Amino acid sequence: MTTGNDSPGLNAFLLGARDTIPMIVGAMPFGLIYGTLAAQALPSFAHSQLMSATVFAGSAQFIALGLIAGHAGLVVIWLTTFVVNLRHMLYAATLLPSVAALPLRWRTVLGFLLTDETFAVMVARRQSVPDDPEIRWYFLGSGVALYVTWNMVTLLGLVFGSAFPQLQSLGLDYAIVATFVAIVVPQLGRMPHLAAAIAAGLLAYLWQDLPYKLGLLAATMAGVAVGLACARWRAHA
Amino acid sequence: MSYTTMSILIIGMAVATFVCKASFFLLGSRVVFPSLLKDALEFVPVTVLTAIIVPLVVAPEGTLDLSWRNPQLIATLAAIGIAATARNPLLTIVAALATFFAWRFVVLA
Repeated sequence: MTTGNDSPGLNAFLLGARDTIPMIVGAMPFGLIYGTLAAQALPSFAHSQLMSATVFAGSAQFIALGLIAGHAGLVVIWLTTFVVNLRHMLYAATLLPSVAALPLRWRTVLGFLLTDETFAVMVARRQSVPDDPEIRWYFLGSGVALYVTWNMVTLLGLVFGSAFPQLQSLGLDYAIVATFVAIVVPQLGRMPHLAAAIAAGLLAYLWQDLPYKLGLLAATMAGVAVGLACARWRAHA
Repeated sequence: MSYTTMSILIIGMAVATFVCKASFFLLGSRVVFPSLLKDALEFVPVTVLTAIIVPLVVAPEGTLDLSWRNPQLIATLAAIGIAATARNPLLTIVAALATFFAWRFVVLA
């Protein structure tokens, strides 16, 4: 008889969910705050929950609340959402080799579930286990874990938001920084990668006040260019 | 904004987000990147993850703070040291969080 523990798919799903826990802890305050703000900014709880359920992208959701409060038009909000989420195209292009051969329904679901957090744990997973045959389940586990908790904390924020005024100042979001550091640092052993990361970090700080996360996007692309240039220079040296 | 307009707004946002997240996945193996782009994508993880965290670490309150009174900075320096030597992600995360909260609620208390 087959039990759950004998299923490599289920194991990979649970592993993906487990490896995302620090990110979930870090994202929870944002979900609560989103719910709290949305309860005031949107006409109904259903709309607030609908946004977490269908958009599922924290920064875009926060920026949309601001634009709605400022009476921006539909097209402005849609274009802003698109620009704020452009970085996901880089994530998808990077992760494409892991999903390209999957059936369309898998690619659709995994695309929908793609976030900064799941991208980060997928990068770490592919580094530690190259060519994992169950990588789709790992991806799904990470995405579903984040999706379910994001929607649960949205609901908590909607209903009990005013009861958590101090949550932002607690610093739980530092868990995301800690996890990203744990993922990035082991990859900095090669000079082009180190140079790329330093350039991206420096420029991201200098450009942090650009609107719509454009500073993040520009800093990433500039960092990539620096990395490429270093790799070429080394190859020809 | 009316209920209907708000619903249309949110569905449109969902579509815009899905286009960003899923376009490449939906195209699947029909996407063939030129080799320069493949080389470039190799640098995306280290650059984007670093670009996300650096402003949070060096300027947690919005202005540059490179002092010992910045718990994000102290904890991240500790995390970099641990990650570089131990190469155990979970240890790095736990140690960084412990440093962060200890610095925040004990050292700076």
